[in-house]
Amino acid sequence: MPSLGADMEAGTLVEWLKHPGDGVTRGDIIAVVDTAKGAIEIEVFEDGTIESVHVKPGEKVPVGTVLALIRGTGPERPGHPPGHPSAAAALRTPPAAPMPNAPAVAPAAPAAPSPAQAAAREQPGRVRVSPLARKLAADLGVDLTHMTGTGAQAAITREDVERAAAALKTPAPQPPAPPPDRSTAMRATIAAAMARSKREIPHYYLSTTIDISVALAWLRKENEKRPITQRLLPAALLIKTVALALRDVPELNGYWIDGGFRKGAGIHIGSAISLRGGGLVAPALHDADTLDLTTLMRQLQDLVARARTGSLRSSELADPTITVTNLGEQGVESTFGIIYPPQVALVGFGKIMERPWIGSGKIEARPLLTATLSADHRASDGHRGGVFLTAIDRLLQTPERL
Amino acid sequence: MGTTTYREAVRTALTEALVKDPRVFLMGEDVGKYGGSYAVSKGLLAEFGPERIRDTPLSESTFVGAGIGAALGGMRPIVEVMTVNFSLLALDQIVNNAATIRHMSGGQFSIPLVIRMATGAGRQLAAQHAHSLEGWYAHIPGIRIVAPATLEDARGMLWTALEDPDPVLIFEHQTLYNMEGPLADEAGAVDIDHAAIRRPGKDLSLITYGGTLGKTLQAAETLASEGIDAEVIDLRTLRPLDMATILDSVKKTHRAVIVDEGWKSGSLSAEIVARLVEHAFYELDAPLARVCSAEVPIPYPKHLEDAALPQPPAIVAAAREVVGRRG
Amino acid sequence: MTEAAANVQPIASTETAVPKPDTPGRLEISREHGLRLLHEMLRIRRFEEKCAELYSAGKIRGFLHLYIGEEAVAVGAMQALGREDAVVATYREHGHALARGVAVDRLMAEMYGKHQGCSRGRGGSMHVFDAQARFYGGNAIVGGGLPIAVGLALADKMQQRPRVTACFFGDGAVAEGEFHESLNLASLWKLPVLFLCENNLYAMGTRLERAQSQTDLAAKARSYLMPAEPVDGMDVLAVEAATKRAADAVRRGEGPAFLEFRTYRFRAHSMFDAELYRDKSEVEIWKQRDPITTFTSQLKERGMATDGILYALNMSVADEIDVAVQFAEAGTWEPVDDLLKDVYTPAEGRPSGSYGAA
Repeated sequence: MPSLGADMEAGTLVEWLKHPGDGVTRGDIIAVVDTAKGAIEIEVFEDGTIESVHVKPGEKVPVGTVLALIRGTGPERPGHPPGHPSAAAALRTPPAAPMPNAPAVAPAAPAAPSPAQAAAREQPGRVRVSPLARKLAADLGVDLTHMTGTGAQAAITREDVERAAAALKTPAPQPPAPPPDRSTAMRATIAAAMARSKREIPHYYLSTTIDISVALAWLRKENEKRPITQRLLPAALLIKTVALALRDVPELNGYWIDGGFRKGAGIHIGSAISLRGGGLVAPALHDADTLDLTTLMRQLQDLVARARTGSLRSSELADPTITVTNLGEQGVESTFGIIYPPQVALVGFGKIMERPWIGSGKIEARPLLTATLSADHRASDGHRGGVFLTAIDRLLQTPERL
Repeated sequence: MGTTTYREAVRTALTEALVKDPRVFLMGEDVGKYGGSYAVSKGLLAEFGPERIRDTPLSESTFVGAGIGAALGGMRPIVEVMTVNFSLLALDQIVNNAATIRHMSGGQFSIPLVIRMATGAGRQLAAQHAHSLEGWYAHIPGIRIVAPATLEDARGMLWTALEDPDPVLIFEHQTLYNMEGPLADEAGAVDIDHAAIRRPGKDLSLITYGGTLGKTLQAAETLASEGIDAEVIDLRTLRPLDMATILDSVKKTHRAVIVDEGWKSGSLSAEIVARLVEHAFYELDAPLARVCSAEVPIPYPKHLEDAALPQPPAIVAAAREVVGRRG
Repeated sequence: MTEAAANVQPIASTETAVPKPDTPGRLEISREHGLRLLHEMLRIRRFEEKCAELYSAGKIRGFLHLYIGEEAVAVGAMQALGREDAVVATYREHGHALARGVAVDRLMAEMYGKHQGCSRGRGGSMHVFDAQARFYGGNAIVGGGLPIAVGLALADKMQQRPRVTACFFGDGAVAEGEFHESLNLASLWKLPVLFLCENNLYAMGTRLERAQSQTDLAAKARSYLMPAEPVDGMDVLAVEAATKRAADAVRRGEGPAFLEFRTYRFRAHSMFDAELYRDKSEVEIWKQRDPITTFTSQLKERGMATDGILYALNMSVADEIDVAVQFAEAGTWEPVDDLLKDVYTPAEGRPSGSYGAA
């Protein structure tokens, strides 16, 4: 069961799209898994043949559980008898995605991980609970499955359990708990991730107001040339701008893991999409800096559509290297977001509004946009954040080069 | 209340014992004319004479064994072995005789013997003068192991040890002899049964003894400035361990770090960890941790010796880790 | 015989290759004393023969080291000691214990490991202790008893008690550092220790000259400036005479003395020993000097013993051993609940702490 996010602990297999004996190639969708965030297609990262499947539809298994074994097509590794499925081909978390399997992984010791930590990484599904917390949870009837630990090595501690127990108690006459639906589960996972972010990430916030008249003018002209289906929205322009600006300030693009910054393997922009039933997801536009605006726009539309029907791909959920949130549609002027751990930055765009603007010594009405940056002070400093926002401004003044 | 040193406190204790009980005598290498290798017994020869302040040949096995025999013969010998490293030459007498005779004789003979020795590193004396082997001795049933870490204990443990009808080994960390501080004029015998809380706290228990008590208290102050309230336990007696005090503390703090200048492998720190797991598993809110000497004979150069020994920053880091505080 | 033959000789027969009895009548003794010495030696012999039998029957376990052949040493030497003196012995110490007056029934019970044993069963064959007899063990570490004897003597000297501590050890202990440390310290401080070396020629299976550069053990002791002499350890009267001389000097405050008793064990080192290291013929030669048969002959020659007396003596010893075995058989096992007893002195045995600790 791949880990698709910091807050994912388990998933339910919905169906197998490939079966034992079927050949698969890298990128194929072989199964659908239901998570708190909706049904997600599971892709494979190996070429080969499905040897066996180990989880039945309807079964809920923790992250890290082997779902299927794929016999690789490449040369057998030494030590693997012919025909024996190679361990490397066992379906598991995409190795390229450095998303930590929190809370099972301790982002603690910087240098060499202790044997215990290494072991913990090998079994990401195991929830760490201190003996005291486990006993207390049993006594108080607290369910530990969806809890995020705050203790040593991210284990659930006595305090975590006590907090959860207090939360259970507050609504005095409690009606029989309704079966947890997806939106409440999603609420819980968002709550856990955001609480963890606020607790662990020392945020700093920067804001700048950008004159977007040149960009909008260019967009208008560009869209006149395009068929309706291929018209560009400002959002695509902004995402591309962010992607390019990140090339200048790479320390905002990546993850804070195990006490250190890890640069993202590419620039994968998570685009915050609010869902109709409540909640939100931020699937990734992969390598956004390399996409032309047309492709980027198409992919964005596709992503929004699939997010709302609940059919995102695992890699899209697992590996954004930064998040962009655009609350302009809701009429918000500016937004100071909470970073989605283990990412280290979040870019917010507000509503484009006509405002007085002093340019060349006189006051004019111009379309203005407030761009904000929430960034992790462990990974970057305000100065670099400023460079980043300035780069966005600069890039938006030459939209034809985007 | 006057100011004194650890060395003077031990000397006062020796003087008091020699005055109080005619059966008491001091025996060891260079305890007389030389004044003691750590100058602890300086002046005692002049005061008490060569019958009671006995310089011995370099025969650790025999003068420790003679201490056993003299104790059997009705005396109250205090045997000084210069350092724990040399005590290995007397290991046979300590382990095979002192610790066993009461048992082998079916309770007919107790051995009221006190053996004092210096232990520990920190003075660039290299591997044959710097080891902390008291944990080994704490392995042995039939003897009692104590480690005075304060002026009060340096002053007060000796007499109590002399009153004990069984062998007591007193380990004095060699970096403590110059430790200076106030000591009440009326300070006297203290118990050698209980551990002491040297600093109360609620967030975690730092368990230590002897030469690392000071470093641990220092680490606790650093932790306090970060909002971590550490309780510091001075074991004082390494055998038998005062598990009641340790368990009470851990039941309060739910977290523990053991600081020991001995090595980790097969050690006293390992013993404490094991007992906490045995007796307080469901009280633990974090993995237990240890700060011990690196698994290497203690090296001579200062920077390597420092690196090999438990130091306050390592204690602070371990404490932060178990309370789930990073960076 | 081999090149070692010369060293096989007991002291009294250095001029011939085959040992032969010493000239009788050298020491004037009473009939009563003579019979008592014989009785003591017989008790040890019969006790140990019974032990060997009980060992084979599985009644006695652990290591069992028999003294048979060496009885003259323990019995002769103990004649020089008074009740107030102390004895430190080795792991081959049944003879010393019996000769010193440790009760035979309690000793046998100890062999069994019964609660009624002289060490309450905790020690077994190698760890016989008896406070009443001032018998400080049974030490199974070769050489381990010497420093303790030095300390016992130190305590006596410091408390001005005219006592002697007799310390038995074997030729094997002479190779240990503790032998040299102890002789040096005892001599340096003029302590009243009687160092009694039982040279039976073998440290387990290693013959003296294979372990010692200097096989004249008394010479080693003399180098520490104490009187030292070799004694025929197969002759109970020679042992008694030499030990009395030495003990008197020690008691007078002249410092320690050393005696080397040249003796021989007839049995294997322990019960499980194929005796690959010595010829049977060597054992047979030494058996001609069996301290019991030679002394019996002497007594008969002197008219101090008749067949009738000897028969009665043997019968009384046999009865005594039988009673001891019955005592041991009837003894009880210490309850397992008491396992941790006597590791430390119990609280009631401790002085009231003047430190007033809880």
